[in-house]
Amino acid sequence: MSILVLADLHEGQLAGATAHVVAAAKAIGGDIDVLVAGEGVQAAADAAAKLDGVSKVRVADNAVYAHQLAEPMGALLVELAGDYSHVLASASTTGKNVLPRLAALKDVSQLSDVIGVESADTFLRPIYAGNAIATVKSDDALKVMTVRTTAFDAVESTGSASVEAVEVVVENGQSSFVKQELAQSDRPELGGAKVVVSGGRGMGNGENFKLLDGIADKLGAAIGASRAAVDAGFVPNDMQVGQTGKIVAPELYIAVGISGAIQHLAGMKDSKVIVAINKDEEAPIFQVADYGLVGDLFEILPELESKL
Amino acid sequence: MKVLVAVKRVIDYNVKIRVKADNSDVDLTNVKMAMNPFCEIAVEEAVRLKEKGVATEVVAVTVGPKAAQEQLRTALALGADRAIHIETDERVESLAVAKLLAKVVDEEQPDLVILGKQAIDTDNNQTGQMLAALTNLPQGTFASEVAVDGDKVNVTREIDGGLQTVALSLPAIVTTDLRLNEPRYAKLPDIMKAKKKPLDTKTPADYGVEVASKVSLLKVESPAERKGGVKVASVDELIDKLKNEAKVL
Repeated sequence: MSILVLADLHEGQLAGATAHVVAAAKAIGGDIDVLVAGEGVQAAADAAAKLDGVSKVRVADNAVYAHQLAEPMGALLVELAGDYSHVLASASTTGKNVLPRLAALKDVSQLSDVIGVESADTFLRPIYAGNAIATVKSDDALKVMTVRTTAFDAVESTGSASVEAVEVVVENGQSSFVKQELAQSDRPELGGAKVVVSGGRGMGNGENFKLLDGIADKLGAAIGASRAAVDAGFVPNDMQVGQTGKIVAPELYIAVGISGAIQHLAGMKDSKVIVAINKDEEAPIFQVADYGLVGDLFEILPELESKL
Repeated sequence: MKVLVAVKRVIDYNVKIRVKADNSDVDLTNVKMAMNPFCEIAVEEAVRLKEKGVATEVVAVTVGPKAAQEQLRTALALGADRAIHIETDERVESLAVAKLLAKVVDEEQPDLVILGKQAIDTDNNQTGQMLAALTNLPQGTFASEVAVDGDKVNVTREIDGGLQTVALSLPAIVTTDLRLNEPRYAKLPDIMKAKKKPLDTKTPADYGVEVASKVSLLKVESPAERKGGVKVASVDELIDKLKNEAKVL
């Protein structure tokens, strides 16, 4: 068996998610190659070569792969996929954008958001907003799947794989990059943070989200939000935790002013410890919280910050 | 321009699902069904394009059992002009749906196809991308803004870390994210009128598409339950528990 892992990039650098996908590939077993595709990605390729378990890094460095647009990435992966039994990517917006395209071009199904590997052809994945876990077996010759990174521990950077260039250059006249607006933040990335503090509709307005800053600073936490808080315009949508936002599984998740709708729980109920702060003691969030504190968040948050 | 919208009948998003006792699947008997929320957003966007004079015709399509016609009637009540029902009782995977939709695209020649980004039952997030691949069209996934400009469409996409805008040549495939729009409700007179709008019924065989998949569902289980937690009375107690009991501080 041989496995190709599509590397995740963030602003041209190797993203942490890739080390988790390599871990999933190791669970399947076999030779693992990593594909780094983009423009000016040598540093990312060198970082990928250090990931434990990787035998070879293949680098497609060309302007056509800049921003990893789906059309050229799909065409590139189709060219390379013939050498592999499995193609994996993280269930990031890039993986979700590109991999189904590859699968359809190869006339195979795709498995989304894999959270467990039973064997080389049998996998676990959540359905219905994580309220059921399906075990699925794929008899396709090529298994194409995205991996939920929080379900696999990252591999160490102790390896030394070889790096070689991929000469395949595809044409793309269908799509072009116009612009990108990335949120600037000094905090840890939401998906990989050990502690996450999230605010919901109960925060009242965007200004009040500053109440979470001090606590996040003291805990080295990322700040998340419920859909209600995003829809109300309190915070940008890339902070949304839930079925349709980010899936997180930190050591500690603190939900503040979040009622705990099914769709929000889908994004955080695998956290190790959940704390809920809410004034409504009937809020569904208390059913999954390890520690619940009923009260006014505007009194509790400043007190919590001062006592941490 | 002609716009094609794909909709799916799924379990209502508020329903807490149950897994069948024999672990064969999720129990959908006597459960409230509805149009997938992302599909509602797709229909809304198509109707808005029509209201702006950009689209001339909106065609809704679904793949599913006879009952899925309800969701097509909903789409018609919201403003779609006509509907196509590809009827099957089989469990149809994303790839087969994409193949069926590719045939419809071939037949109807729409300038824009709008789908939801994912269905809330299978949570796959695949069909739009697969359709784009099979029709060899560009894709604008997870759209939070769609602006048609001549023979191009600018799609602002919700990506990890922020927003990205891409320009796609038309025809193109777009999948909707939550923030694209706020879907309207169907009004009673429109629901009545929708009953008279044309609805074609087809089968996968009419399109020569085999819906069987090489992926089999072996088992469906409930996720591990979280242990019931405790309520604490004060911030001090909370910090104490987190430090000494949970040991996460």
